[in-house]
Amino acid sequence: LWWAHSLPAGLPRPPPAAAGSCPVGPCGRRAYAPPAERKRFYQNVSISQGEGGFEINLDHRKLKTPQAKLFTVPSEALAIAVATEWDSQKDTIKFYTMHLTTLCNTALDNPTQRSKTQLIRAAVKFLETDTVCYRVEEPPALAELQKNEWDPVVAWAEKRYNVTIGSSTSILGPNIPASTKETFISHLASYNMWALQGIEFVITQLKSLILSMSLIDRHITVEKAVLLSRLEEEYQIRRWGNVEWAHDYDLCELRARTAAGTLFVHLCSESSTVKHKLLQD
Amino acid sequence: MAALGAPVRTLRALLRELRNAAGRSYRDSPAYRHVLTVFRAHRVTSEKLCRAQQELHFQAATYLCLLRSVREHEALHREYHGRGERSPQEVAGLVGFRLPQQPGGKG
Repeated sequence: LWWAHSLPAGLPRPPPAAAGSCPVGPCGRRAYAPPAERKRFYQNVSISQGEGGFEINLDHRKLKTPQAKLFTVPSEALAIAVATEWDSQKDTIKFYTMHLTTLCNTALDNPTQRSKTQLIRAAVKFLETDTVCYRVEEPPALAELQKNEWDPVVAWAEKRYNVTIGSSTSILGPNIPASTKETFISHLASYNMWALQGIEFVITQLKSLILSMSLIDRHITVEKAVLLSRLEEEYQIRRWGNVEWAHDYDLCELRARTAAGTLFVHLCSESSTVKHKLLQD
Repeated sequence: MAALGAPVRTLRALLRELRNAAGRSYRDSPAYRHVLTVFRAHRVTSEKLCRAQQELHFQAATYLCLLRSVREHEALHREYHGRGERSPQEVAGLVGFRLPQQPGGKG
């Protein structure tokens, strides 16, 4: 039988397919079934304040990180948002939609074991390949669009941080002076470790340090930052048409991640005076 | 400062998203209550002067973007990517074949 021969001989037995996702044929197991999804195992989600900060309770159980540490966050608003993520899960838990939870887990576990200096260095290194600094020469319509949309953001960053950045059409990218890098390094050093994890995440999503700083400094909205990051894609979409299952899918995912990262940074760098005021009300 | 529009629109849209996510008991959910408390406490109006209000409005708009995008992303995923593989019978059926029946099982 043709499908019996198509399965390689030494393949380990995969876990049983998720209920309802695909009928199992007479061959029994499928070779590449996705792992079974975790069902929602709790009724109520609530928040409590512990010694280290705010904790999430799923029924009577306390939420833990993937490395089994107790899940604590410094900000009540962040805890509420994480609790909302858990509460919005319906029958199965879709971890890929729980961006704030993921960010908190990363901050708590630090799985890549990077120090603050390493995170800052990784973030600033992105400036050398920053999206908004990389320009095309053709098609002229795209070059024009890049000039009109990206020049203002670069100018804003240069003015706000008092640095020189510039842009380039060469394959090597812009030549960023060392003083510019130093300025950004010392600016980022003013953020705490949690906020830095968030910043580095946003930079990786948007592929641009300048757009990320513009977003974190509240100069542009998330939607605008994502649009600017995907400028060439938007241009091609307008030219050749939109493919919902790819373009919109990627757009929504990028917006969700960027929004989560930005919110995470802001909630982790809230001043204590604002927090006190909220708790007193 | 980012162009955000009227705070009351953001608030209404945010509450609608939270209602969507929570289900029946949305009014008791911590997020719903927190958003209302914070907006009332800062009494977000159209004033452009208060910096804390602007920061809060930006945060609210960002959270709204998050909730909205997650919902749309999940909907797209369910629609286009959530169906899993086809079974061997379905694959054979696509080109008009049927799988052979072997009365004694595979050899």
